[in-house]
Amino acid sequence: MTAAILSPGPDRARRLLQRLASRAAGLCALLLATALSGCGYNEFQRQDEAVNAAWSEVLNQYQRRADLIPNIVNTVKGEANFEQETLTRVIEARAKATSIQATPALINDPQAFQRFQQAQGELSSALSRLLVVSENYPNLKANQGFQDLRVQLEGTENRITVARNRYIQAVQQYNVLARSFPTNLTAKVFGYAPKANFTVQNEATISTPPTVDFNKK
Amino acid sequence: MTAAPAPRSARRAPVRPGRSRLPTGGGPQVACGAEKAAGPKRGPAAIQAAIQSAIQADFGRLVLVCAALLATLLAGVWPATTRAQATPGGVLPIPTLTARVMDQTGTLTEAQRAALESKLAEFEQTDGTQIVVLLVPTTRPEDIAAYAQRVADSWKLGRRDVGDGLLIVVARNDRTVRIEVAKALEGAVPDLAARRVIDRAMVPAFQAGDIAGGLNAALDELFRLVRAEKLAPATRSNQSSHRGDNGLDWQSLALFLFVALPVLGSVLTAVFGRKLGSLASGVAMGGLGWLFTSSLLLAMLAGLIGLLLVGALGVGSRRGGWHSGPVIGPWGGGWGGGWGGGGGWGGGGGFRSGGGGDFGGGGASGRW
Repeated sequence: MTAAILSPGPDRARRLLQRLASRAAGLCALLLATALSGCGYNEFQRQDEAVNAAWSEVLNQYQRRADLIPNIVNTVKGEANFEQETLTRVIEARAKATSIQATPALINDPQAFQRFQQAQGELSSALSRLLVVSENYPNLKANQGFQDLRVQLEGTENRITVARNRYIQAVQQYNVLARSFPTNLTAKVFGYAPKANFTVQNEATISTPPTVDFNKK
Repeated sequence: MTAAPAPRSARRAPVRPGRSRLPTGGGPQVACGAEKAAGPKRGPAAIQAAIQSAIQADFGRLVLVCAALLATLLAGVWPATTRAQATPGGVLPIPTLTARVMDQTGTLTEAQRAALESKLAEFEQTDGTQIVVLLVPTTRPEDIAAYAQRVADSWKLGRRDVGDGLLIVVARNDRTVRIEVAKALEGAVPDLAARRVIDRAMVPAFQAGDIAGGLNAALDELFRLVRAEKLAPATRSNQSSHRGDNGLDWQSLALFLFVALPVLGSVLTAVFGRKLGSLASGVAMGGLGWLFTSSLLLAMLAGLIGLLLVGALGVGSRRGGWHSGPVIGPWGGGWGGGWGGGGGWGGGGGFRSGGGGDFGGGGASGRW
């Protein structure tokens, strides 16, 4: 290097310049690439959308359950002298759960998120109570329509569990990104707060899936 | 030995007079002489040794630092998903997918297993849908639905572009069974249909102790259901039809191409020279491309690009510069690309999941 500088033949100088230019270009490319991906802006976009999608799937499955409930309630109503209290609890819990506006913005509001979770948890327990009680009614057990509804409800509960698991994982990844250095700086600048996860007070009732194992004989 | 460096010791002596004064005990002259004689031998040699050891230590440290850097880089680059796969809470580990019928209980005889296996293989040949049967002793502490979902989620059965996979889990000691259905098949095998297959085909046979017969009957039913759905027809290259639409990340590929390649190229050309170096970088590019995108075509493309960039344009090559003409052209191109991509054929033999199934908890469970 120094020799080339000390004896500046025009050819040699030009070559040196070219080499420097190509190096500078490489450096610029490197800097640009690290600047783009290093601050994690794009990663935030990706994971934010992933969390939204996972949340939509959770809502989707909750909605599916809410849609199933009227059928179940109607079938059960057909059964004479069914325990009215259990039935009304399900109906009320469903009404309460569906009354909460389940917008995607919910996940950015921990309190609303918690209310939503609580309502869905109540519905879960009311439903499982209904199913347990229905075991005492031989007519219902023999009713093929009711049995089919139970299978569908079981499938829905499983789907809810899966969707919730995926939401938890998506949020975990997002929150790690939002909290770890240096991406937390990006999060600060662009206002990406950590998102609420399924960590609510009645954790025990929510983390254990409602027992919809209908085949206990 | 002692005679030769003597004059140097004389010259050196005044440089460090303090040292000769140190031994104040008996026999100062002898001691001084001894030290002076030993001094020159130690001086340059010790310095040399010290420098050498310092270099060695530095080199070792350098290697360590490099390794640490590489490790941090890898840890940073490695997708978080693979790290987060450890299963918490002492649940059963997910078995490795080795066959279409996996019996961990020793229930099936070898003939029964082989019969079911070939039945499933044939179905996959004709219709494309991947079905796997897994027999385990128990799914405790999880319930069978959670276990089956976890296994299916990890295996991702089903064609990559269709996602039609189905998993049957039989937990023999729990006397439970589950049909886990991928989302793509939820239309063909809705929960109710899966439940009926369990109730009508499996449970009676299982209660009679005929596991193989129950599975066989259930598979017939499932085949009928899946065929009625008219999914995408089976293609010949069913298992290796990776379109690259899933694992491909153009950004990281471009990053790799423009940042890592010049570095790699310069190192390799410095070590192996221009021709071999560019060939090696082509191969490396191809290999890495295959590793990252799991697509043979893209790997070959990457290998070719790597080779051309390093070989012809001299990216990162000290001697080359942008303006030198192509030194090696088509010969290396074919070789580097072809060889770099060649690793793709290594996965042959045995059964492999198509990797396309998305299991969202569909299906049904039963008990006998």
